[in-house]
Amino acid sequence: MEIHKLKELKKQAVLIRKHIIDEVYSAASGHPGGSLSCTDILTALYFNEMRVDVKNPQWEDRDRFVLSKGHCAPALYAALAEKGFFPKEDLVKFRSADSYLEGHPSMRYVTGVDMSTGSLGQGISAAVGMGIAGKLDNKDYRVYAILGDGELQEGQVWEASMAAAHYKLDNLTAFLDHNGLQIDGNITDVMSPEPVANKFEAFGWNVINIDGHDLTQITEAIDKAKNTKGKPTMIVCATVKGKGVSFMENNAGWHGTAPNKEQRDQAIAELNDILSALEVE
Amino acid sequence: MTQKIATREAYGSALAEFGSDSRIVVLDADLSKSTKTDTFKKKYPERFINMGIAEGNMMSTAAGIATCGKVVFASTFAIFASERSCEQIRNSACYPKLNVKIGATHAGISVGEDGASHQCIEDIAIMRALPNMVVLSPADAVETRCAVKAAIEHDGPVYLRLGRLSVPVLYDEASYRFELGKGNMISDGSDVTIIATGLMVHTAVEAGKLLEQQGIKARIIDIHTIKPIDSDIIIKAAKETGAIVTAEEHNVVGGLGGAVAEVLVQNYPVPLKMVGIEDKFGKSGKPDKLMEMYGLTAENIVQKAKQSIQMKK
Repeated sequence: MEIHKLKELKKQAVLIRKHIIDEVYSAASGHPGGSLSCTDILTALYFNEMRVDVKNPQWEDRDRFVLSKGHCAPALYAALAEKGFFPKEDLVKFRSADSYLEGHPSMRYVTGVDMSTGSLGQGISAAVGMGIAGKLDNKDYRVYAILGDGELQEGQVWEASMAAAHYKLDNLTAFLDHNGLQIDGNITDVMSPEPVANKFEAFGWNVINIDGHDLTQITEAIDKAKNTKGKPTMIVCATVKGKGVSFMENNAGWHGTAPNKEQRDQAIAELNDILSALEVE
Repeated sequence: MTQKIATREAYGSALAEFGSDSRIVVLDADLSKSTKTDTFKKKYPERFINMGIAEGNMMSTAAGIATCGKVVFASTFAIFASERSCEQIRNSACYPKLNVKIGATHAGISVGEDGASHQCIEDIAIMRALPNMVVLSPADAVETRCAVKAAIEHDGPVYLRLGRLSVPVLYDEASYRFELGKGNMISDGSDVTIIATGLMVHTAVEAGKLLEQQGIKARIIDIHTIKPIDSDIIIKAAKETGAIVTAEEHNVVGGLGGAVAEVLVQNYPVPLKMVGIEDKFGKSGKPDKLMEMYGLTAENIVQKAKQSIQMKK
């Protein structure tokens, strides 16, 4: 990727992170940790890769995206608003009764959301369905999904993984946001899904391991997935929960906790510093 | 002699008949020979997808396919459809109001020899509690064909309750008119109304004949759409006959009886008696024997009808 484009993507990711903080702060509830850890993946998808049209959100040939870890809606909403699907000003109404920005993504209320999610394990199955539909119709659109690593504890993920490989869904690319933490602590302490890469390989997937915060690695992995025929691709992304906000990083406590005013201001200041550094880079 | 066809057979035939609509995709969970979706599979193999023994994944996958403009029928036994994958149906299909049509066969105790583990007697209660869900429970082969057609035409999720057992064909295919959300009055009467669904409709007709021999005129109504229920036909029956008895091959908790009671108590309370499974599990046995053991008979409907009449002031 050319330097200029990479820098634009990095700045875009910071803007999304700032929205995440303000969404969760305004709602006084929500999930900042996992939203911040999957931000770079979403940035690469919506601002470098996916074939979508904000003027025609239901375009039948568009690429699809399913946020299987639906609790990270703040990150998805921020990406969609930055892309232009709905006004950025609406983001601070996240989770309020008079807003369409549901706590978890709803395809009926939020323009640009391709599938309603929130109950873990179901999103990846829906993505499998979209992949099957694409094959049935001989369409060349691609389907993307992001799963959490705690989500792998849901048996349905493995039912869906079996089906994706069985039906040779090479139009499906999933990302594992492997930040190692879930609400109750380390995923390996709560109920270990490890070794995750070996498991997806054994289930018949093409597996690529990357740093989930390195936009160059993310876009290169997406290209590899597009060139892989006959099997779905799982991009296992090593990530940091709370990435970009010092006091939230690697802390399970920030899974589903909103920052107070002081914490919000500090987080925004830190993100502004990253943005300034990018400007002079 | 009356022709007998299982509603699951009629379901398979209807899918094959209406399958010329290229939007239709059929999913099954390794039971296509039992659910009769194999009839569709033979005709349109490219649009039949076996999801293996993984019902939860099947329902969410069906929802994903439906987001791409398809009308998806997902079939398995009622027990696995409505209960094992209940939450997938709720969150993946009902909440986003997608075109997922659930063909749930082997409902009720008339499943027979497989026994209690496979006899679903709770699905009406569970499925009608889901917002956006339409619940259809056809009485015979003719009505099943109409129900499948109505499910295709309806925009949103539909639960189709179907049986394994061959049951008498009540309706004439050429003349029968089916309207989603409307009950069908089979015969008029002024003393009591029998409101039935599924295979209990033909039992209700038998009960009507027995009552007539005893000088009691029963109105008989077939409720093929459990949800949205036809409140008008129920309230009218309450006003004109003053006593109701419901009949269903389902638990008496939350099923057709419950749905009718909800309409009556809020609009025009009259005595109501329920014929159904008395909140207990089924067991293995010949279907006819089980129907007798669990009180799903014309004689029991007659008895409950008389009790309901006696409760009139």
